[in-house]
Amino acid sequence: MASVAASGGAADAAALSVRALHKSFGADEVLKGIDLDVRRGEMVFVLGPSGSGKSTMLRCCNRLEEPDSGEVLVEGDRLTGPGVNLNRMRQRIGMVFQSFNLYPHLSALGNVTLALRRVQGMAKAEAEAAGIEALNRVGLSDRARHYPSQLSGGQQQRVAIARALALKPSVMLFDEPTSALDPELVGDVLDVMRDVAGQGMTMLVVSHEMKFARDAADRVIFMDGGVIVEQGPPEQVFGAPTEARTRAFLSRFHG
Amino acid sequence: MEAILQQFFNLDIMAKALPLVLKGLGVTLLICAVVIPLGALGGLVFAIGSVAKNRAVRWVSIAFVDLFRATPPLVLLIFIYAGLPFAGLKISPFAAVTVGFFLNNSAYFAEIFRAGLLSVPKGQGEAARSTGLTGAQTLLWVTLPQAVRNVLPDLLSNVVEVVKLTSLASVVSLGEMLHAAGLVRSVTYNASPLVLAAGLYLLLLWPLVRVIARFERRIAS
Ligand SMILES: Nc1ncnc2c1ncn2[C@@H]1O[C@H](COP(=O)(O)OP(=O)(O)OP(=O)(O)O)[C@@H](O)[C@H]1O
Ligand SMILES: [Mg+2]
Repeated sequence: MASVAASGGAADAAALSVRALHKSFGADEVLKGIDLDVRRGEMVFVLGPSGSGKSTMLRCCNRLEEPDSGEVLVEGDRLTGPGVNLNRMRQRIGMVFQSFNLYPHLSALGNVTLALRRVQGMAKAEAEAAGIEALNRVGLSDRARHYPSQLSGGQQQRVAIARALALKPSVMLFDEPTSALDPELVGDVLDVMRDVAGQGMTMLVVSHEMKFARDAADRVIFMDGGVIVEQGPPEQVFGAPTEARTRAFLSRFHG
Repeated sequence: MEAILQQFFNLDIMAKALPLVLKGLGVTLLICAVVIPLGALGGLVFAIGSVAKNRAVRWVSIAFVDLFRATPPLVLLIFIYAGLPFAGLKISPFAAVTVGFFLNNSAYFAEIFRAGLLSVPKGQGEAARSTGLTGAQTLLWVTLPQAVRNVLPDLLSNVVEVVKLTSLASVVSLGEMLHAAGLVRSVTYNASPLVLAAGLYLLLLWPLVRVIARFERRIAS
């Protein structure tokens, strides 16, 4: 079945599929066989204790980290294996980092348009129009000419989201997008994420914003020790977790 | 007092020396114009090599940098000019200076660029690669601009060092400024031409040194 889907973006394929994903750092096996399908338009939250492999899983999904085995597919197209045009595939997978990673030497607009121009080959005017549109989606088109150092943390993260959005990806990965932010700036970023999700974006989000997960996520995954321990709709995972490890983890948040 | 003025600040002798010393200054500038861009380019290549994924490339680059940072430039220059002919390789003074300074300069520029490249957080490259930029595009558009900006004072300081280093070319009788001043000194038995040359070096380098100081202050703040 996977091979049929792999032959080219079948309409019914999941936006993102992870199959039997394994990853070790030296003798330390961090991912012990992850299987995950994210449907088109779905927002999936990933929770789990520190060191459980959440970031590693996310980074394997665009091969910033090279999986040892297993496969990753975007809309049925393979990201792993021989003959894959990785740079082309990566444009279909937006990534948002905990520390924003905006380019400090470029303006907000420069950050958003760099890949449009250098990877997608757009002319300057076309790229800037698309960049302004992306900045508009995160409510920052009036900050286009500002440099990252002139923006608040929340604004920087929204520019980073715009940078990923501008490439019109099929799926977006978020690795703790709000945990480097002052509490009063978290809301703005979550609002943008909610908007983006509302416009149909497929999102895989590592985050401990439980309240947000509860009312915005379609599905919550609990990871521990390199495996998915439990998953389901938020009301089930938060309200009636079946696994002892999930309960133990959640109890630390509920006090 | 009078004797000191006569010996070091004799304006008549300086005036006579001036045309030759200025011609020497021209040669100094020519050497700089060749050797600084070449050295910077070579340094950039070896710096990129020294942080490459490929172990062999990394090893060769680091070995090159270590070797030529540890070799005194004067020894290198004399070896190339006076040593290589023993292997049947005779080259002009200008070529010897160019090759010698290229090797020496590249090693120093490489060390500076390398520090610059390492100063850019890993997340910058990851963000760029995640948007589909190739490794080369990431280097060109994201990593390198930040790396250069971070080590700009060091790069400029190195340029000053290279300009001063060009006076070594006098040992292979390339008629740069020190050589020219030395010639006039030896026929006039008077040190004033050397003072003139020193003054011209100062005139040449002082603005650059000022600019560096300003950069350093800006970075410190
Ligand atoms: N590049 C690496 N080299 C070696 N070990 C690594 C590397 N990256 C991650 N690890 C290890 O892999 C394990 C999982 O790390 P990972 O960052 O995926 O966890 P996480 O669930 O995201 O944790 P956190 O909530 O703290 O971000 C940890 O034990 C970590 O030390
Ligand atoms: Mg993490």
